[in-house]
Amino acid sequence: MSSVRVLVGTRKGAFLLTADGKRARWEVSGPYFGGWEIYHLKGSPADPNRLYASQSSGWFGQVIQRSRDGGKTWEAVGNKFEYDGVTGTHQWYDGTPHPWEFKRAWHLEPSLHDPDTVYAGIEDAALFRSSDGGQTWQELPALRAHTSGPKWQPGAGGLCLHTILLDRANPGRIFVAISAAGAFRSDDDGKTWRPINKGLRSAQIPDQDAEVGHCVHRIAMHPSRPEVLFMQKHWDVMRSDNGGESWREVSGNLPTDFGFPIDVHAHEPETIYVVPIKSDSEHYPPDGKLRVYRSRTGGDQWEALSRGLPQSDCYVNVLRDAMAVDSLDSCGIYFGTTGGQVYASPDAGDTWAPIVRDLPPVLSVEIQTLP
Amino acid sequence: MIRVVLPEHLRTLARVDGEVAVRVAEPATQRTVLDALEASYPMLRGTIRDQATQRRRAFVRFFACEQDLSHETPDTPLPEAVVKGDEPFLVVGAMAGG
Repeated sequence: MSSVRVLVGTRKGAFLLTADGKRARWEVSGPYFGGWEIYHLKGSPADPNRLYASQSSGWFGQVIQRSRDGGKTWEAVGNKFEYDGVTGTHQWYDGTPHPWEFKRAWHLEPSLHDPDTVYAGIEDAALFRSSDGGQTWQELPALRAHTSGPKWQPGAGGLCLHTILLDRANPGRIFVAISAAGAFRSDDDGKTWRPINKGLRSAQIPDQDAEVGHCVHRIAMHPSRPEVLFMQKHWDVMRSDNGGESWREVSGNLPTDFGFPIDVHAHEPETIYVVPIKSDSEHYPPDGKLRVYRSRTGGDQWEALSRGLPQSDCYVNVLRDAMAVDSLDSCGIYFGTTGGQVYASPDAGDTWAPIVRDLPPVLSVEIQTLP
Repeated sequence: MIRVVLPEHLRTLARVDGEVAVRVAEPATQRTVLDALEASYPMLRGTIRDQATQRRRAFVRFFACEQDLSHETPDTPLPEAVVKGDEPFLVVGAMAGG
């Protein structure tokens, strides 16, 4: 019988939540790396026992952990992230030039085919890759060296590369997103990059439809239809039907189109999920009601999903990497909150229940659907 | 042998209990002690000193003999009591909440 493993990164460690395919009874293990921030952990699509975790601390910096046994044991691997060549400057919050400085790894994206190959999205924004299971890391420098690099500026969370999408149908095609620079695409395995932000508008920059400068919070893709991308931007939910060449707004009847995560149903490429948040300064759900919104039309028309979610006095946030789906026949949807709850829906969002209620603030949620 | 006391998180990372000891040539300095420590425990690279600049991370402090050695140069000889092993070299996470 299939089972599900939920990989949860929090401000104070990692947790693994496991259940059989019914997803009714959960076993919670952890904390792993207690006391450290776990921005992200993710399993290899090619080997579900191979996990990678980004472990960091304001005191002791960045550590990368690797497991070969599904999270039972871990080993620290390479943590030397050295920018390639002259780093130059990006734009600081006040608009002045600021030197590129490594802060942490936000997101680890294992290769679709090779368990030893993994990409790392870095703050200050850069993309690194390891081909030896995380022992050594090399920057793919053409991204950071793009001519627009000096114009990139940090979002409230920093100048972070937080989204990495690998295209199963088009080998060599990689999408990334950076707050606050925007989305970029490579068609040659990271050798060259170009911004793909046509159609985005952001009121927070001088030229509202500029080539770069947009605070993209998250991009999602269904693996069967990689030309179609869905984006939760700082404000606005967007859609592209041509691999990011152009975008159109699909916020439709959402109560607010500010938010962080966005994801796609495992079996219905036009069914997507967001968690509307009141505003850019009020990072909590409108009216104190935690609601996931689902569109079965690829955007524009949205329905609120609230059964089992708190509908009063709820003021948590759901961060950009903290929503994921499983691929069981009845698709499960999962998200974690800054209040430490991890909610699961075994029926594509119709009903929800907490798996755990009292973890540290949740930074990331990833799912492994295991045979 | 130079005795080194690590903060709890780094003891966990290095998988050690209590103090660790490293052997360095004289004159023993912060640099030689940290070089030896990182050679014995490679997972500590980057957690005490920046890997590129070799500078002490901002929220890490070095104490010994009731003195703050954080602002000594990396090549300043360590106190005699540390060199003799009478006193440990303390690597301490700054008291900054968290």
